[in-house]
Amino acid sequence: MFKGLLGKKIGMTQIFDEDGVVVPITLIEAGPCYVTQVRNPEKDGYSAIQVGFSETKPKHLTGGQLGHLKRTDAPPLRYLREFRVKDTELKAGDKLTVEAFEIGDAVDVVGTSKGKGFAGAVKRHGFSGGPKTHGQSDRQRAVGSIGATSTPGRVFKGMRGPGRMGNERVSVQNLKVALVDTERNLIGIRGGVPGSKGGLVIIKEARKN
Amino acid sequence: MQELLKSVEAKPNENLPKLNPGDLVSVHLRIKEGDRERIQVTKGTVIRLRKGGNNANFTVRRTAANGVGVERTFLLSSPRIEKIEIERRSSVRRAQLYYLRDRTGKSARLKEKFKN
Repeated sequence: MFKGLLGKKIGMTQIFDEDGVVVPITLIEAGPCYVTQVRNPEKDGYSAIQVGFSETKPKHLTGGQLGHLKRTDAPPLRYLREFRVKDTELKAGDKLTVEAFEIGDAVDVVGTSKGKGFAGAVKRHGFSGGPKTHGQSDRQRAVGSIGATSTPGRVFKGMRGPGRMGNERVSVQNLKVALVDTERNLIGIRGGVPGSKGGLVIIKEARKN
Repeated sequence: MQELLKSVEAKPNENLPKLNPGDLVSVHLRIKEGDRERIQVTKGTVIRLRKGGNNANFTVRRTAANGVGVERTFLLSSPRIEKIEIERRSSVRRAQLYYLRDRTGKSARLKEKFKN
């Protein structure tokens, strides 16, 4: 059966499992999601399902988006994402809920990491920075050497340095499901999940298990 | 969103009495060993209480064999705590009794509190 959902990150807390052991969890409001389109190799060149999440008002969507959603019975949805599947019995209009997941399932979670802005090399790449003492000035969080001198006479491409950090797609693999609340469409995932509270996360079955 | 988080957190264990620093308590803890369950009792002095909602906890200090101090921290909302018995209340002037760590024997005694 297909296991995959879109959700909204609520935040982190801790719960007790049945042995009374504390489990740190990230709570995600996941689903209900609707299959909005099925991609097939004949027409699209690959097979996947398009899934929509987060019901919204029609005025928040463009006419094109509404027209696309009109082909199914799905309500106006804010997010559309695709899941690659080999072959599926799901068809457009099907509803996906957290019932697909069970406690103990291994899942991969994809989110958009928090943006850190223009960050230095110490924060961005874990550089050590320079010495604090022995007459140093302005060296504490400096990049350091970025290459040799006349040979090669240039800085190699891909040299790590300061720049924009975060606000990018991040996957975390093999997280365990620790809580499923089918009534309120909540799923609790052991450990942290990329992104800020309220951000969109994609939950799918673990690739490597 | 905060309400959703609160709703999945464990509720405070209701059969626990109100603890104060300096109380001599016996904490009855359910321990699972394989498929057997037993009760382990830790008897000692409450040296601190920490607030923090779901993560509220308290630390019990006792002196084990050879005068070795043993401290154990329990979560107030833990379902594993069967019960807590307060055996003696002490009159103390601090919220954290860390000074007990540096004391042994007679100097580590606390004055008993007779009325609340």
